[in-house]
This record gives sequence, structure tokens and C-alpha cells, in this order.
Amino acid sequence: MATTEEIRSGLADIVNEIAGVPAEDVQMDKSFTDDLDIDSLSMVEVVVAAEEKFGVKIPDDEVKNLTTVGDAVAFIERAGS
Amino acid sequence: MTAQIRGPVGSTQAGILGVGAYRPVRVVSNDEICERIDSSDEWIRTRTGITSRRFAGEEETVVSMSVAASEKALAQAGITPDQVGCILVATVTHLYQTPSAAAEVAHKIGATPAAAFDISAACAGFCYGLALASDMVRGGSSRYVLVVGVERLSDITDAFDRSTAFIFADGAGAALVGPSDTPGIGPVVWGSDGSQLDLIRQEESWEDAFRREDGPSWPHLRMEGNPVFRWASYEMAKVAQQALDAAGVTAEDLDVFVPHQANMRITDAMARAMGLPETVAVARDIAEQGNTSAASVPLALERMLEAGQAKSGDLALFIGFGAGLVYAAQVARVP
Repeated sequence: MATTEEIRSGLADIVNEIAGVPAEDVQMDKSFTDDLDIDSLSMVEVVVAAEEKFGVKIPDDEVKNLTTVGDAVAFIERAGS
Repeated sequence: MTAQIRGPVGSTQAGILGVGAYRPVRVVSNDEICERIDSSDEWIRTRTGITSRRFAGEEETVVSMSVAASEKALAQAGITPDQVGCILVATVTHLYQTPSAAAEVAHKIGATPAAAFDISAACAGFCYGLALASDMVRGGSSRYVLVVGVERLSDITDAFDRSTAFIFADGAGAALVGPSDTPGIGPVVWGSDGSQLDLIRQEESWEDAFRREDGPSWPHLRMEGNPVFRWASYEMAKVAQQALDAAGVTAEDLDVFVPHQANMRITDAMARAMGLPETVAVARDIAEQGNTSAASVPLALERMLEAGQAKSGDLALFIGFGAGLVYAAQVARVP
């Protein structure tokens, strides 16, 4: 399984591709909606891409709990282990 | 007993010979929608790509809009009403159990005694209708078939529902399908997923709504935006690809992509998921028309023709998807 930093970096690439946010802004403490300006529709795209990239499943009702980048990274780490 | 049935004989190939549209006169801005919901013009534009939409007036009924669109489609095809063998109207907002809208449309355009029926396939209605029309022409049930997609969604949308009030709108589009020398309509890829019935639906039956103990109420259309977005953007991208495969063409061969105008974000996500080349012109009629369910594909095609983004003979991919859930996609030549 990838390291925490590898997951964060992979997620940053996804967010950059989908929402145009610079990858270096996608840090663990950043909130998707408040800091990175990613709305719920873009989150759907981010989640689908992350599922494919990391080989995990992220259920719809789990997505609303992923407030920060760190929350998403932690979920992917747990799901992949 | 020993007599043989002579089976129907159709045309070898079918194609779209003409298309027509009717857009209601009244333009409704996002600001006007926001008088009843807590939202903003900017949020609506970002979330859906809609800047304005059309709402039908009292005189612009499902039947009258269908008639107007049909007459234009017939004129473009160079076919007279008496030549039409069948009229199919796809709609969920003809608010009569019976008679069908199609029977009245047939009468009003002067196509009596054409066969006439309505179909209920939500936002996939036009693509379902196109598939049926193609089969009818090729199977011999009718030489010329008029397919109409029409809605007055404003009748069943809750103006105070901040998740749907800005999306749904009204209008009609029609296509005349008939014999063609070369294949003009590819095989349909269609289906349903009734396990997701609850994602988009009229909230209760007319009977339950009218017979409430505390007095009748008006049932509205409800939708769960995020799961629908996911299904439409990804599952429907696969269906679109299957329609290309079935027609033996690739995304590189396409000139025009006309998805149901559900939401500009779905259109973009679907095009991305399909890996659609930049050379393909993409329909964006939703920006000033809103989401008109069964009418949206023919309306979007008509706009592209008017604007010169699509021309006669172009290779197009149509896909519709909506409540049911149901979906249908096919490749076709632009008339």
C-alpha cells in the first residue's frame, strides 16, 4: 500500500486535473469546500478517480465525512489495508 | 389454415430526415428563480451551467408545442402530414391518462389517420422514440414516423425546492424518421435500472396526492442530485461508448455529441470519461433552455444546426438518461 505522502500526492494530482487547483495547495489540513473551492459535484469526480487510482471503494454516504484532504487520505489508507 | 401470412416489408435503412423545435416565449432568469429559493445566479451557473430557461405559458401546451415542432420537422424533411404513418410523443407531462397527446397532435397537424401513441421514458424518451421509429421504418410498420419529445416540467416542479427549482424547463423537439439510402440511425444501446427508482420521481401518485385527508396536494418531481450525477457521468459514459461500438464508429469519427441536457457538469464529466476528442462539437443548449427531459436532445440538436455547430451529414451521438432509471443511446446522421 502507498505511503501517506504518496496518497496525498496522488489525490493532489486528481484534484488538480478535475478542479484545476494547484497540486501543492492540496495539503492534509485543507478543507475541500472551504479552502480548495471544490463543490459536491466535483467531489463525486474526485472520489471516482481516487477509487480507480487507489483500488478502493468510497461509499456515497462516506463522502460527506471527508471534509479535509487528511480525512480522505486516512480513509484511503484504512480502506486499502 | 394453410394460408401463409405475408409479413411486413420495410425499408432497408432508416434515417432522420428533418428536425424541428419549439421554445416557449417566456425567458426566466436565475434571479427570478432565486426569488423563491435561497440561491444565487452565480451558484446556479456554476452548479449547472444554466443562465436562463424557458417556461411555457398557458397557451403553450404539450400538444401545441408538439404541433409547432412537428410542423418544422416535416417542412425540413419535405414531407407532408398525410404521408406520416405514425406519431410517437415522448413525455411525462401530458397530464391526462387518456387520450394520448400523440392522437391530438396527429389530428392537429392533419396526419389523421396515422398511428399515434405516447411513451413514458423520462429524459431518455427521445432516444427511445428514435429507436422505435427506426425499427418501424425498417420493419415495415410505418414509412415515415414523427418522433416528438415534449415537456412542461414547470407544471410538476416545486418552485420552492432549492435542489430542483432552477433545473427543469419546458419545450418541444421533433424528428421525422423515414427511409434512407445509407444507414442513418445506428443500433440503440438501451436499458433500465429499476433498483434506483427513488433517485428521480414524482413524489407520490396523483391518487394519494388528491385523496389526502387534509385536502388535495400537488405532487412534484424530486431528484437526488449527487447520486444521479455520478450515475450519469460514469455509467452513461460506458453506454455512450457501447453505442459507438454498436455502430462501428469511434469517438474520433464523431462530429457532434448531443447528450440529454441534464446539467452542464454532467455533459463535461461524461465527455471527459469518454475521452471525447476536442474536435467533437458538444451540445450546450441547457445554458439558455434548462433541462427539458424528453425534449432536450432534439432541442439541443436544433440549436447546434441553427448555430452552425452541426451540419447536415455530420455523425452524431445521442444519449438520454433519466427517471426509472432508464437510458438509451445511438449514433445517427444529422439531417
